[in-house]
Amino acid sequence: MPEQKVVEPEHLLLEAPRERKFITGSQAFAEAVKRANVDIAIAYPITPQSETMHLVGDLYAQGYLKDYYRAEEEYGAMSAIAGAVRGGVRAFTATSGPGLLRGLEAIVSWPGHRIPAVLGVMTRVVNAPLSIQPDNVELAYLLHSGLIVLHAENQQDVFDFTLAGFPISEKVDVYLPVVVATEGFFVTHAKGYVELPPEDMKLPPRDPYKAPVPPTDCEIPPARIQRDAPVQKSNFMSYLIHAVWQQEIWAANERSRKWIKHFLGGLVEVVNPDAEVFIVASGCAAAQGREAQRYAELEGLNVGLVKVKSLRPFPTQELRDTLKNAKAVIVPEHNIVGWLAKEVKAAIPNSGIVVDGPRVYGGMTLPVELIMEEIYKAFGIKKEKKTLV
Amino acid sequence: MGLEYVKISPGFEKYMPRDYVDLVEFGQFGKEIDVMQMGQFKELVEEHPMCAGCYMAYFIRVFYTALPKPEDTIVLGTAGCARLALSQAAVPFIYGNYGDTNAVASGLKRALSIRFPDKEKDVVVIAGDGGLMDIGFGMTMHSWFRREKFTTIMVDNEVYGNTGGQESGMSPKGIQLKMAPTGKKFDKINAVELAQTAGCVYVARISPTNPKRIAKVIRRAILAARKFGPTFIHAYTSCNIEYSIPTREVLADARQREKKDFKFYEWMTDEVKEYLNEIEKKAKEVKS
Ligand SMILES: Cc1ncc(C[n+]2csc(CCOP(=O)(O)OP(=O)(O)O)c2C)c(N)n1
Ligand code: SF4
Ligand SMILES: [Mg+2]
Repeated sequence: MPEQKVVEPEHLLLEAPRERKFITGSQAFAEAVKRANVDIAIAYPITPQSETMHLVGDLYAQGYLKDYYRAEEEYGAMSAIAGAVRGGVRAFTATSGPGLLRGLEAIVSWPGHRIPAVLGVMTRVVNAPLSIQPDNVELAYLLHSGLIVLHAENQQDVFDFTLAGFPISEKVDVYLPVVVATEGFFVTHAKGYVELPPEDMKLPPRDPYKAPVPPTDCEIPPARIQRDAPVQKSNFMSYLIHAVWQQEIWAANERSRKWIKHFLGGLVEVVNPDAEVFIVASGCAAAQGREAQRYAELEGLNVGLVKVKSLRPFPTQELRDTLKNAKAVIVPEHNIVGWLAKEVKAAIPNSGIVVDGPRVYGGMTLPVELIMEEIYKAFGIKKEKKTLV
Repeated sequence: MGLEYVKISPGFEKYMPRDYVDLVEFGQFGKEIDVMQMGQFKELVEEHPMCAGCYMAYFIRVFYTALPKPEDTIVLGTAGCARLALSQAAVPFIYGNYGDTNAVASGLKRALSIRFPDKEKDVVVIAGDGGLMDIGFGMTMHSWFRREKFTTIMVDNEVYGNTGGQESGMSPKGIQLKMAPTGKKFDKINAVELAQTAGCVYVARISPTNPKRIAKVIRRAILAARKFGPTFIHAYTSCNIEYSIPTREVLADARQREKKDFKFYEWMTDEVKEYLNEIEKKAKEVKS
């Protein structure tokens, strides 16, 4: 392992020279962890996450991390992450579909415990019937828990979002866990071009005393004496304390907007802002949406794309501004419930322009043609269905 | 830092709550306390909302008195009666989700070892029979298999006390409890044997009839965990409410159980024995 020098997150993410590599999404996760000065990673295998956590294990073996272990199962892994972060170190873990749901009770309590950490989510069908294929219905469960949720379109996003996830998560005015989600297989096991900063640089170590909630390490005065634990009682004070705490978590989630803009250039990316018809998509669906936008342009149709990078906080204002003159909004998704379409409808005043779909699920790919069909419909273009013989 | 962070900064004495000042001036921080002095110093836990006459509450009081280094101790608890008192002690306390204690403690202890490799920071789990042997069973066992260096104390009231008296894996066979309307169908889990098999380096089973012995066992378990690996104490702490034991008979019940299935039992590895002998010999020499 090369000697790594500590540089500011701004330098590493925004200024340092970058070199182009052709790597998988799993490698992109690991390349980010390599430069993130992570202290501990805790892993429990599940396809399609395993490869990432193998690579992180190799980083530990090489000396990039100080501790690493294979947990008993996901609930244990996610609980141990909470313990490690409370102890003041920087932690990373990742999971997929059934693993995410198994760890969910622990994961959704991280915001309340003010646990800054990064969790990779490589989406996978939630059983049953059994399948290991990409389907991102699991992300719907994460949207209402206070976590920051970023959704990566490709290998480059995986790298940037994961590396930026640590400083965003640890900002004193945020102090919440960051989820970096991406589609299993389509991104994790496929190669793409990723611009990487040098590997002899790393983020500054976590400073657990720059915190709204101090670490539990018996080091900082005054000693905690809790003579009364009102949250555990059934009286008005306890209701109030819990209510205020929840408000603070969501306020902190809001405050992360400026840091997402700072490190990742915004909560959305807009292609062709003056379009008549828009595609709004996140994750892998945004890659297909990007292709559809390009096809449409070749055919002379005025179509735009809004890629949603951050699902929480949600880019409500950005969508309102961009979509205010749109006559149709197409929301392609990799799940059956259409959680993104619901979010978009709730965000804009004229939800009637939102087209539900196209949607694929169960691990299917999302052909650009499906999105094109919706585009033609939106422009009132009748296309004859070609039958291939 | 330990002791330093407990002390009051000069000039602040009159602004700190009386309770806190008393803890620093007349409490246990930085001192060796003998459990028999209970009542003569400011204890780490005083008020708590556990039932009157609850033996678990008494055990917890003795537990805090026995801590070898309260200023460098972190206690973890979970849903269950014990947390009602644990959360009100003057020692940092972590409360996560039901049954997660041994996983959280694993992460915490490792983090503290990374950040303070030359300092002793004691991590102690105190949780119920349901928390450790039912819902958290896998995490309890695996923390032992992995040889995590912290102490686990099971306060076994043989029932889910906090949720109103349901059967737990530690309830005796045949007993009729809620959710066991026709009586429990299987034996009490042999937690001590499991702990020994799973890799604990110090294991004790105790019915709390003798405060000196409780304190000694707790101290030993914590000291051994610092150096060698996981340690476990199985303590009988009756639930006088769910088992209808009149308060004045709680001690008699504990004595009776001590003669039967809660006979005092202590086991440790040879290296732990050697280490503890050394420490206890030195302590005796200092005293005399
Ligand atoms: C995930 C989850 N399931 C169930 C509960 C409800 N619950 C709270 S305390 C408890 C039982 C506690 O029993 P035990 O661990 O033996 O502790 P005791 O109260 O007897 O001391 C249960 C089932 C919970 N809080 N969380
Ligand atoms: S319910 Fe039982 S164990 Fe719980 S506080 Fe009351 S007496 Fe103690
Ligand atoms: Mg119990």
